[in-house]
Parts: sequence; structure tokens; C-alpha cells
Amino acid sequence: MLGVPKPSPVLLPPQPYSLPSQQYQQPPIGPAQLSSSLAALSLQAQAPEALRVVNLLQERNLLPPGPIPAPTPCLPQDLQKLNCNPEVFRCTLTSIPQTQSLLNKARLPLGLLLHPFKDLSQLPVVTSSSIVRCRSCRTYINPFVSFLDQRRWKCNLCYRVNDVPEEFMYNPVSRSYGEPHKRPEVQNATIEFIAPSEYMLRPPQPAVYLFVLDVSHNAVETGYIDVVCQSLLENLNSLPGDSRTKIGFITFDSMIHFYNLQEGLSQPQMLIVSDTEDIFLPTPDSLLVNLSECKELVQDLLKSLPQMFAKTMETQSALGPALQAAFKLMSPTGGRVSIFQTQLPTLGIGALGSREDPNQRSSAKDVQHLSPATDFYKKLALDCSGQQVAVDLFLLSAQYCDLATLGCISRYSAGSVFFYPSYHNQHTPAQTERFQKDLKRYLTRKIGFEAVMRIRCTKGLSIHTFHGNFFVRSTDLLSLPNINPDAGFAVQMSIEENLLDMQVVSFQAALLYTSSKGERRIRVHTLCLPVVNSISDIFAGADVQAITGLLASMAVDRSVTASLTDARDAMTNAVIDSLTSYRTSVLAIQQPGLLAPACLRLLPLYILGLLKQKAFRTGTSTRLDDRVFAMCQLKCQPLAYLMYLVHPSLYRLDTLINEGPQNIDDHIISQPRVLQLSVEKLIREGVFLMDTGSVSFYFWVGRNCNPVFLRQVLGVQSYADVPLNMNHLPELDTAESGRTRAFIGWLREQRPFYSVLHVIGEESPLKSIFMQNMIEDRTESALSYYEFLLHVQQQVSK
Amino acid sequence: MEAAVFILSLIDCCALIFLSVYFIITLSDLECDYINARACCSKLNKWVIPELVGQALATVLMLVSMHWFIFLLNVPVASWNVYRYVKVPMGNMGVFDPTEIHNRGQLKSHMKEAMIKLGFHLLCFFIYLYSMILALIND
Repeated sequence: MLGVPKPSPVLLPPQPYSLPSQQYQQPPIGPAQLSSSLAALSLQAQAPEALRVVNLLQERNLLPPGPIPAPTPCLPQDLQKLNCNPEVFRCTLTSIPQTQSLLNKARLPLGLLLHPFKDLSQLPVVTSSSIVRCRSCRTYINPFVSFLDQRRWKCNLCYRVNDVPEEFMYNPVSRSYGEPHKRPEVQNATIEFIAPSEYMLRPPQPAVYLFVLDVSHNAVETGYIDVVCQSLLENLNSLPGDSRTKIGFITFDSMIHFYNLQEGLSQPQMLIVSDTEDIFLPTPDSLLVNLSECKELVQDLLKSLPQMFAKTMETQSALGPALQAAFKLMSPTGGRVSIFQTQLPTLGIGALGSREDPNQRSSAKDVQHLSPATDFYKKLALDCSGQQVAVDLFLLSAQYCDLATLGCISRYSAGSVFFYPSYHNQHTPAQTERFQKDLKRYLTRKIGFEAVMRIRCTKGLSIHTFHGNFFVRSTDLLSLPNINPDAGFAVQMSIEENLLDMQVVSFQAALLYTSSKGERRIRVHTLCLPVVNSISDIFAGADVQAITGLLASMAVDRSVTASLTDARDAMTNAVIDSLTSYRTSVLAIQQPGLLAPACLRLLPLYILGLLKQKAFRTGTSTRLDDRVFAMCQLKCQPLAYLMYLVHPSLYRLDTLINEGPQNIDDHIISQPRVLQLSVEKLIREGVFLMDTGSVSFYFWVGRNCNPVFLRQVLGVQSYADVPLNMNHLPELDTAESGRTRAFIGWLREQRPFYSVLHVIGEESPLKSIFMQNMIEDRTESALSYYEFLLHVQQQVSK
Repeated sequence: MEAAVFILSLIDCCALIFLSVYFIITLSDLECDYINARACCSKLNKWVIPELVGQALATVLMLVSMHWFIFLLNVPVASWNVYRYVKVPMGNMGVFDPTEIHNRGQLKSHMKEAMIKLGFHLLCFFIYLYSMILALIND
């Protein structure tokens, strides 16, 4: 199951279990009653570890051995155990400053990172005739409201007192009356409601899938059409949906080809529209057909599609007109469009030119052309968003494809962008396998249609910037034609009014969507955090991974609106400013060296990782499309996967037997220590694994490594026999092989998309890419970690 | 001649005042959720060029009639309008872009800009009125 270890419990001693009271005299604990318990908590004493002073220049081993848990907010235990899972909803500061000036003084960004549609193993679902919401701010009832007496509840976002409706007094779970605070809506921070008809603007739409395939000569050369058709044939029955599911196909090169799949035809009929200036639909219906009724025709089409264009000599690509056709076809119902493109669009509206200068790839100066060249795709994305159509883009090209412009079609219609550079069936078998497995996940994952999301905060806080793939329709309403479990979002907040007289603040993200079975549902997540008014408490509650994720999104925005150099400087200044603020406002005794609180000790390392990341690096040759794709990933990945892009994990594999094994799902899986990303850790005798998140594992074999290990795990006799393009570990019968494969398999299970394994040695062509991930080392164009720390220290001490 | 120049500037300034008010009303409609971002931006983008032309006309009139002080007063606003128009990135749908308007506090900054322009145009209106009356009396 997708998961990272749960955070360790809060530091308060466990409360004795209190029996349900027969006489309901006292109102239960709610935030209104918190003042006494919070006053007793001395926040600083409770979090000594977070504020422990670390001298970054002296302590070398900063990385914890395993995955880093999210910090736990300093709330009383009965509130904290109800709080939202940090994998779903996370804040950069787990203790919110009371005033904007205090936040400015701390120089840390304030924002939320969400993963609202994450695949959850346990999700309480409530079917209720009335969904209880606050009358003024329309917040859903949540575990952090306070009940004034049995009949009235006080909203925790706007403080309005509301009445408890009669139906709510009855608790169906415990069959008892008169205990509204025991209902599942008030006991779970993450909950899903089945929405009644007031939440529908139109009857829930069926699942509608349209596949738009590039069939120019270039595309057929890569052979991707075979993979797509094969994958669709295999997964046709597992597409999320019900008996109303519809499917359709469009192919295009210099003309647009539609497929009539009407039930009753003996074989699919191709209809060609050659007028790309003025696209029209050749037949009014039967281009999008009911999947269950026309399944044989669809299967026939998928079997014959690869051969249909095998001899094509068309080199033009009319992507713009194809998108317009797709939009026309989908606009009555809404749904999902998947576009597969292998070259720059050259014909018709939306044709693009090559903007990349190959000589500027490794320039140390600014990078140009990070913003779109034309607004055609943005306008079309907004039209699609209005009709509840989301467009996902698969880019499988070897040449420059202007992803900065093409990506807009997905960015504003809540689609996703997938990039397989230099894809070719024969020449890049590793990519092919990755494409196949990713397609399987893409086709079968859960999906929500015609969704909107609203993020509400307690009065006094307001959201001013949004990051992610969606269209912001009004001040806090995000329009998401499709929502999928792999999309992450981030928002930045500011404190408009001082949060005086408040002990806690709450945030609620409500996602209203239509499930693939046509049910209208609302998924609600609520997060509660304490308010503090001292700077040291703010630092004690800082979440370094969330801060890094938010800074990455902010830097992507800055590179597009201002310049890349600006963004890089801004990131470095973020570290310098926060450490300066720590030094001047929190530290009692001034010591030499670069001092940081323990909770922020990894911030310079992560920022250095970002500066050396493909998205922001200068001086190293980076293709423009790769860079833009890396920026897209930084903006829309959920935090857990984003951290691998920033700081890959390095493990030593040949000593697995000594590392602490863990019993996970009845399998013993060794958990090796996470190592620092420096070549000094890559000893010649060792075998190492680098986990870079959603794309690759690098299996590094040291030159002098134990030949016994090579024999047992790789099946070769010596280092010289290790093949150059090995992508799979052979399934040998040895204990070592089993352990290694179990560990890699466990890492793979934790992410939705497939990571290719590359076995590399000293002479491997991928060695340079592997070495680029060693962020603590110096390169010709970038500082080493220690030099970066010295630079930061010099600025902090000014 | 003097009077004619000022009468023309006065009318131009009136038009600019009405335009600023229209901008402010549309932006506050967006803030209060009475219209959506796309409708708001297409309405406002339509009037960006007319505002530019109107302001440029007033500036040129003052230049031609050699009223240097008022000319210098108008130049910053005219050049700011031109700068704003020219600096729109290629991928944006005009000065008011519906995908960006709710981001990074742009709505607030546009509103502030419209308010400042309104104040400026009102000031100019009274200057032109006074100058026009002076010119008419002196004729």
C-alpha cells in the first residue's frame, strides 16, 4: 500500500480511557475549552528535540536513518489523535504565528500542502439526509467544532453558533441518541459524504474517455501505438466506470481521423476530416460510444490501429485542430481526453516553432522560453475546464516539443503531463516498460469527474496563491474537471487579522466530485493547528519537508514570471533569512559556526538539492523540455514523491543482512540506513541503490565489490561481466537475491508509477546522470554542500 | 484655441474617469463572486486599448498646446499604461489573465491601480476645468 511510516505519537502522557458517560452533563472537550489545558502545556518544554541547536558546519551526519516523519502539532492528545493524516494535509508551520509581523520576523513561508484524493485504506463514508454545515461560512461539521450544549455547535472557522438538526442527534453507529459529538462526522478528520441532489448542477456524468493519438511517421517510428493499444486491450475491463462508460478515439497527422463505432457495424469505420482550418464532427453521435455495448468494435479497432498507419509518410502534426475536435466531441458530457504526441505541432492553429537553442543548454546565464509561446492552449484549456473536460498529455518525443506551451493544456484543465524523452520501442526498452506500467496505472486508477475543491481557513487567515494543476474560478474555488489520486496541491497563506484570543486554527479542504460510478461525493479533510505568539515556538513547529516543497513551487513561479536567476537567489535567501532570524530572535547564546534548530537542520541540504535539480540548475547541459517537465513535477507532485526529486535516497545493499529488518505485511524486509549523497560514501567495495522517486533506481556496483554478492544477486561471475543495460535483477534462489528484491519491491510499492532499475558501474553511460544526484559534492558549476554552508554562514553573520 | 484644447481634454478625462469606475466595479464584482474570472477578464481586456489611447490623447494634447506642467503630470500614467500593455508575456491572454488573476494577489494590485488612476483622473479633471474656465475668461 502506498504509505510512509506514521508519525510518532505526541509527547503528552496517554490520557486514561474515559467510559462513555451515562449522564451527559458536561459538554465534551472542544477548542473552546482548551485554554486551561494549553496553558498548562509549555510548548517549549514539550519540544526540546525540535529546538536543539545544531552546528551545521560541525555535525556531518544529519540524515536520520529512515524516512523522515512529519512533525506532530503541539495539541492536546485528544485533539491530535483526531487530526488529519499528514500524508493528506500538511502545513509548513505546525504552530501558526499569531500575527503577520511575527510570521515576517520568522522569515519562513506559511502554506498548506494537500493530497486530497490520495488512495486511502480506510475512509469513512457517510450517507446522510442532511449534511451539517455552518450557516454563514458553509464549513462542514468536523472534529474540531465545539458543542455549546447538546443542541448547538460553534463553527471553528467563523465562530458562528449553529443549531444541531434533529437527525444529527441520533448516532447510527452506536444507536444512541443525544450524543452528536460521537457521530462519525465529528470523530474523523477525513470523511466522505454521499451528496444529495442540491450538490449537483446537472445529473452526474458518466465516465467518458477519449484517446487522441499522433499517427505521423515519427510517431509510428517510435512504436508507441502498439504499446498503447495493447495496454488498452488488456485494461479495457478495468477502466473506472459503470454501464454508462463511453469511449472514443481520434487519430491525427495532417488530417483528423474519427472512428465510427456504432453498434451494428461489422468493423470500425474511419472518417477523415482534412479541413484543419474549420474542424467539424463528421457524424453527430457514435464517435463516443458506450463501452459495454460496443466492446467488440473497440477491441477490433485497437487490434487494427497499429497496422493502419504502418506505412504512413505524413510528417505534419495538426495537434491544435485535433484538440479542438476533441473538445467539440467532449463538451456535451465532459470527461477525460488523453493526448499522445511525439513532435512539435506544425499544422493548423496552435502550430509552434522551435524555441530552444541547443548551444544555450549549459549556459550559466538565464534560461529563456520557460513561459508559453502562445495563449491558444491556455484558452482551450479554459474552455475545456468550463465544460468539465480534462486533458492529459503524454509527450514521447526526442526533439524539442515546447512543453512550456503544450503543458498549458493540462495545467489549467486539471490534467497531468507525462514525459518519456526519446521514447522508442526498440532503442529504449527500459522506457517502454516504464510506459507500459505507467499506462496501466493511469488507466486503472481511481478518478473523479466534474470536481470542485474549496479550501477554507479560520477567520483571520486568507489564501493568496495557489500551486497545482487546476483553474481558480473564484477566490477560493478550484475547478477540477478531473481529480486523480496522484495530484498534489499547495497554497500560500497570509495572516490578515491578528489571531488574538484563539488557541487553535483550523483548515478544511472539501472536494466535491462525481465518482466513476456516477455518485456525487464530497471528501472533507480538516486540519487543526495551535496558535503561538513566540518565535521559538514557530521554529519548534517548522516542517522542513513541507517548507522545501512550498519553496520549490514558489521558485517555479518565480522562474516563469521573473527569471531563473531570481528564483535561485530567492531560494538561497530563504535559507539565509530563516537562519538569520533564528540566530537573532531565538538563540540565547551566540556561538560561532552556522547554527540551526534541529527541525530545520536539513533545510540547507534540501535547498542545495533544489538548486542542483534539473528544474533550476545552471551550467550543466539541460534540455529545455526536461527542465520544464521537472518544473511541472515540482508543482504538481504530492510532497512524499516530491522529496525524492529533491533529495534521492541512497542505500547500501551488500550489507543488507546487518541492517535492522522490519516485519511489514508478514514479510521481513531489511531497512538499510539512508546515506549522504556524496561520493565519499560510494566505497569501491560496496553495492549501492539510489532511489530517485518516480523515474529511476540506480543500482551502483563498486569496482572491487564482493564477487560472491555479484554471483548471488546479479548472476554474474565478476565485475567485468556486469552487462551494461541490465534493467532487472534475475530471480535467483539465494538469500541475498531474495532480500535485495524484497527491499526494492517494497520501495516500488510505495509509489504509484513505475521506476526503472538501471544497473550501472564505472563505465556505464548513465554514470554521469547518477553522479549528478550526488548533491553534496562539488561540480564545475555548483558548490559542494560544505561550501554552500560556508556561503550561507557568511551571509548570516553579516 | 486654448479653450478648445481644454474642452477636449476635459471630455477625454471624463471618459477616463468613467472607464476607471467601470474597472473598479468589474474587479469588485469578481471579488464578490458575481461574475467569473473569464467573463471579468474579457470585459476588462476589451477596454485596455481604449484607455491607453485616451490617456495618450490627453498627453499629446497637452504637449501640442505647450502646457508643460500638465504634460509632465500625464506622462508617467501614459507610459505606465504602455509599459503594462507591452510587458504582457506571450502566453498570457492580455493584461488581465483569468488564470493568473486570483494568484499572487493580482486582484488586489489591479484594484489598487484602478483606484489610483481614478484619483489621478479626478485631479486632472479639476485642473482641466479650472484651466478651461481661465482660458474661456481670457478669450
